[in-house]
Amino acid sequence: MDVAERLAQLALFADLSPMQVEAIAHSFEENVFQEDERVLRRGLSGGNFYVILEGEARVVAGDQVLRTLGRGDFFGEIGALTGETPSADVVAESLLRCLVIPPQELERLLLERPQMMLRLLRMEARRLQTAGEWQT
Amino acid sequence: MADVARPFPPGDYDVTVVGSGPGGLQTSYWLRRFGVRHAVLSRDDAPAGMFRRFPIFQRLITWTKPDAPVARTTREYEWYDHNSLVADEPELKALVPSFMDRAFDLPSRSEMEAGIAAFAEKAGLEVRYGCTWESTRYDGDRIVLATTDGEYRSRAIVFALGVTERWFADVPGLEDATHYVDAMEPERYEDRTVFIVGKRNSGFELAQGILPWARSIYLASPRPVQTDALALSPLRVRYLHPYDEYARGGPGTYVLDVAIERIDRRADGFRVVANGTTWNGRLELDVDDVIAATGFQTPLGDLPRLGLVTVNDGRVPALTPFWESVSLPGVYFAGNASQGAKGLARRGAGASSTAVNGFRYNARVLAEHIAQTLKVRAPETAPIADVNSFLLHELSNAPELWVQKGYLCRVVARSASGVVDEGVLPLAHFLDSLDGDAAAASVEVDQRGAIIPMVYLRRGGEISEHPLAPHPLHEYVGDTYSRELEQVLRHLPV
Repeated sequence: MDVAERLAQLALFADLSPMQVEAIAHSFEENVFQEDERVLRRGLSGGNFYVILEGEARVVAGDQVLRTLGRGDFFGEIGALTGETPSADVVAESLLRCLVIPPQELERLLLERPQMMLRLLRMEARRLQTAGEWQT
Repeated sequence: MADVARPFPPGDYDVTVVGSGPGGLQTSYWLRRFGVRHAVLSRDDAPAGMFRRFPIFQRLITWTKPDAPVARTTREYEWYDHNSLVADEPELKALVPSFMDRAFDLPSRSEMEAGIAAFAEKAGLEVRYGCTWESTRYDGDRIVLATTDGEYRSRAIVFALGVTERWFADVPGLEDATHYVDAMEPERYEDRTVFIVGKRNSGFELAQGILPWARSIYLASPRPVQTDALALSPLRVRYLHPYDEYARGGPGTYVLDVAIERIDRRADGFRVVANGTTWNGRLELDVDDVIAATGFQTPLGDLPRLGLVTVNDGRVPALTPFWESVSLPGVYFAGNASQGAKGLARRGAGASSTAVNGFRYNARVLAEHIAQTLKVRAPETAPIADVNSFLLHELSNAPELWVQKGYLCRVVARSASGVVDEGVLPLAHFLDSLDGDAAAASVEVDQRGAIIPMVYLRRGGEISEHPLAPHPLHEYVGDTYSRELEQVLRHLPV
């Protein structure tokens, strides 16, 4: 399955046309992390926005696991949109494959694709409703 | 070929390197420096094979400045010469500029090939040429490579095979197109309409090459051309002429954001059906030629069957910060394929691992890492008298940091005897290592493209970042910088 096909199955991109998803798949790189490799680091700015294509990640503050993320989940949006440094680490729980969108590109993408912005907002709101406090 | 005259007969070696291009030669050079017993195999019959074929139409896109404010025998000169392999011995340094005719400050591929071949010869790097790797298996703590000459058993393998195998995007009908590698001499495209699939290096290179000949050129891919990103890319140096023509409305040259639905072969050419990705609509174009400039892949042989995980649609291996496969232990990659290690990619900025200028440094770090992992060589540290001046000098001059921005860093650490230099390491490794308190210097690019000298601290498992002020001449020296750095380093007591 190529990246465009993988993306088309994820909620975040569900309102985009196949052509728009194709453009996103070709515009950004994917990255694969080994189990236990850190993807986002507490205290380090300039992090990207990550969408999980395959595998799982955990959000960790100190010794505490705050949340586990799986396929279709995303992280890094708060840092990418506000410039704040993450207050938790995100660590690969298994072999983890992500689409990587740099912060400046995320802003451009959301402005160009308001349907995707709305999706992200809704998913973010649900997270706020159900989750404890964590920021990445 | 009499086997007595050929080096590295089949057998047991600590490391086997496969490939005789700049990546393989540079790795072999450093493995030898670090005392690692290794074999080098190549299916070619001479070094630097890639530069006998690529790039097809143009010069390289990385600079070499034959004259510079520093001598060619210095480490600092490497920042002025992005194409020579690197070495400790003065007679092996900066070999590419001596072959350049100075028509441009980018070497032609024959000048590049001559520079790399001269390095192999002068350094006395041995290669078993005409030996093709055929299959791979694990056997206890050994990795076994079966070749046309027999079996090589090693504790680690370094594949330096380039990223030069044809890769076709998954577009119906594209398999009937000519691949970039098989494109003809520019004059053969005289008065023809040419559709080029792909808008990265090879697509633009091709378009630029045939621009004076073709009647019409379409450059097409789903991804929009981002002029602000291109402004910071080495691509802009020579290849943007076609885009420039299109942007100014020039007739006959078109740069299209489309996803191609299909390519139909016809008696007198092709019909291309494509849909806009950044605009709504559909195009049906009749063209004489279709060329796939959709890129290349690493020739991975049977490694995917063994479980090798890849990125970029299967084109390159997914690698750790030390360029080891994330899924096959002991299997490392050097050269162009070292791009499979993306590093932190902060703000999306990547390393320069696809070109000689970047992977020549990866090779040194890799060789030292392998030497330490195999316990052939203990980590070496050197005491630093004045850590402040040392780091500022590195930030201003270190070619490793300037080329591999945000990927490689210079590490200094506390020890019982004071502060010591731990050498050049991947930044991701430095940040995630639990080896004790240390500082690292790295050169990075911020969101607006400004170059920033960065210092990182690692204390008790916590990391912090400290950007120093930018400087228009990139010279981070003098009292102001010294005081600024002192403020940062006071958190790293000795």
